[in-house]
Amino acid sequence: MTNDILSPAPASVPGGRLRKAPENFLDPAGVRNVFAEGKRGRRDFIRSAFAAALAGGAAAGAGAQGKSVGEGDPAILKLPAHSTGLGQPVATDGYGLPSRYEGNVQRRPSPGLTQTSQASVSFAPLQSLFGIVTPSGLHFERHHQGWWDIDPAQHRFMVNGMVKSPKVFTMDEIMRLPSVSRFHFIECGANTGMEWGNVAVPTCQYSHGMLSCSEFTGVPLITLLELAGADMKAGKFVLAEGADGSSMTRTIPMSLITSGQVLVAYGQNGEMLRPENGYPLRLVVPGVQGVSWVKYLRRCEVGDQPWGAKDEAVHYIDLMPDGTHRQYTSIQECKSVITTPSGGQVLLDKGFYNISGLAWSGRGKIRRVDVSVDGGRHWRTARLESPVMDKCLTRFNIDWVWDGKPTIVQSRAMDDTGYVQPTSRELRAVRGTRSIYHNNSVQSWLVQENGEVKNVQLA
Amino acid sequence: MSSSRNVIATVLIAVCTLSAGAQGKFPGIGRDATPKEVAAWDIDVRPDFKGLPPGSGSVAKGQDVWEAKCAGCHGVFGESNSVFSPLVGGTTAEDVKTGRVAMLKRADYPGRTTLMKVPTVATLWDYIHRAMPWDKPKSLTHDEVYAVTAFLLNLGHVVPDDFTLTDKNIAEVQQRMPNRNGMSTAHAMWPGKELGAAAAPDVRATACMSNCGPEPKVASSLPDHARNNHGNLREQNRTVGPQRGSDTTRAEGKLGDAAGPVKVVGPAGGAASPNVAAIALTQKHACTACHNIEGKLVGPSFVDIAKKHGGKADYLAGKIKAGGAGVWGEVPMPPQTLPDEDTKAIAAWLAAGASK
Repeated sequence: MTNDILSPAPASVPGGRLRKAPENFLDPAGVRNVFAEGKRGRRDFIRSAFAAALAGGAAAGAGAQGKSVGEGDPAILKLPAHSTGLGQPVATDGYGLPSRYEGNVQRRPSPGLTQTSQASVSFAPLQSLFGIVTPSGLHFERHHQGWWDIDPAQHRFMVNGMVKSPKVFTMDEIMRLPSVSRFHFIECGANTGMEWGNVAVPTCQYSHGMLSCSEFTGVPLITLLELAGADMKAGKFVLAEGADGSSMTRTIPMSLITSGQVLVAYGQNGEMLRPENGYPLRLVVPGVQGVSWVKYLRRCEVGDQPWGAKDEAVHYIDLMPDGTHRQYTSIQECKSVITTPSGGQVLLDKGFYNISGLAWSGRGKIRRVDVSVDGGRHWRTARLESPVMDKCLTRFNIDWVWDGKPTIVQSRAMDDTGYVQPTSRELRAVRGTRSIYHNNSVQSWLVQENGEVKNVQLA
Repeated sequence: MSSSRNVIATVLIAVCTLSAGAQGKFPGIGRDATPKEVAAWDIDVRPDFKGLPPGSGSVAKGQDVWEAKCAGCHGVFGESNSVFSPLVGGTTAEDVKTGRVAMLKRADYPGRTTLMKVPTVATLWDYIHRAMPWDKPKSLTHDEVYAVTAFLLNLGHVVPDDFTLTDKNIAEVQQRMPNRNGMSTAHAMWPGKELGAAAAPDVRATACMSNCGPEPKVASSLPDHARNNHGNLREQNRTVGPQRGSDTTRAEGKLGDAAGPVKVVGPAGGAASPNVAAIALTQKHACTACHNIEGKLVGPSFVDIAKKHGGKADYLAGKIKAGGAGVWGEVPMPPQTLPDEDTKAIAAWLAAGASK
């Protein structure tokens, strides 16, 4: 990879001087800071460039390759122990673990967000994930009254209400039924909720990390309702209820269930659900906010009216500027976020980058993702990586050569209904800033001259 | 619905349009639930009071239950913000008349309490019954739930001091809920037609490609003093790849500074330290319902306990077993029943400083 770090500075840019940032690009303090850093950095960088040039080394940019290698890289010239010794035997770990070098990649709570650790959230490290599947151990968590590891032999699932005969199923019986496996995203309704009014958190782990995507395996709920002889005419709603202390209840529309999309799931990414994600049984409600994906699912009741549960009447309601709340807002609308580079990261150097991120929609498939590298003035259409699936994360990427100047990168997704992800300005114009839930606005990351990436919102 | 009679009635009146032979298709899967089983689990109460069991409870009785079982988290007047958001406040006598909480129109009003939002009294009854108290859900009797609901409504001036809430008068109370007219389903975010949803999404953006919008101007960013609020971001990113995490323990550096070695904070799946095991025990036995590691919750923080009783593992184990009152504040700790070895492990961890 060639790199221009050694090219002499162009005559038009004397060493130690910076090009002025665009008008109003940063606040005055930010401008002072960038100037100061830039001056320092520029001087050091010129100095080190001369030093490297004198040493005659062809310096490359990123990682540890920025310095002269002399006769060669010790990582190549001196054989490491793993090339000259005997490694570890099979089945050292009966259920394997990630590399010890991956210890920084963890789901994390956001400091100060909640006051107890049982009614809380941990965020998936989106900035460190590839493709579209979330490793089950990094799946975001949201518990309302703590999590449990439930003995599947003791777990029961009941169907009652407007049915011919209420039924009870064991896990053995549910797992005997014909199963389906489907990839879907799950996003908490409050994802990005801290950012409705202003920037509140530094990284995409904390801003967008109540989002995960898995292959779920289970039985369509409609099959189990049919087994109980559900009244499909009058039964317009189904209550789903959990077995944990909070006994989470949510109202699910029958139309979504009869479409076959709603699953009673036990499998996740080829293994059973993790306890933190509802082992042994959870509801999967594609496209709908995570709170409806009831964990530790114990019961479904068929009824003719919605239930107005606590999480449909006190929480998960959207406050509009006129003081009314929207109730039963469930769909996670089309949204995207750039995960590399993203807030709280530092680019190693100028040069080539492949901007990459995630897009999703609760209404269908992603049709297109556009990326801007100039704060939204101009956009280019990104590549969509396959597969592109219904109500599922879609990975996008686009090439970018960073010239070292401060800039703002953004992504904007469009789904197959034609809906376009709004900017904060467009979203707030309709809904104000007090909603908490369903913030699907375009995310802006400021890439500074020193390589640091910051979470920002534009006027 | 929770009585077996209702179950039978439903079966009689339900017009079952059973899809062809669903039950014949999967012989041997599932069995009929008994009326007792249905009654044990079918606890939901709907806004139209379907499923509400008979019973009653007075405001005065509710105050007793409240102070014994609820005030520890929610405050004596439902106003506390120390564990959960406040339940009471922000509603007026006028709201009781109009069914619209006026404070919700004010962007400058900081809080949104439960009573400011909840439109339906059944929601309160159902949730208290199914999920409260926090660490002993489903332990309240029906009459206690009526009483606590009455007390809560009285704190919000929805019902008078001498009121008794019953299954007979709860529908009248519904007509006094401060935000009963404050909800709307006129939106396109319900995934079906059951609620008569709006046809089109409310926010309409366009996919402009060039010369779009205004010149970008940063309106909001994190202040410098918050740089390290979420811990050192350098240790929250992978050690290899196109970029590293920012070292938020120091001021911003210059381009190229990030390339040095990165500390790995812990083996991704490595063995847990004894501290981690002890902390896990405090979570498993729900000690953390009342104690944080740092900072007071209902009871003192583990770190404060460790400061006061460092090295006294036996004393601490005794305290866990016997409970305590008055040492740290108003709220007593009841005697805890956990296995001896777990008590010892937690006490040893506390005595050694309660470190993470």
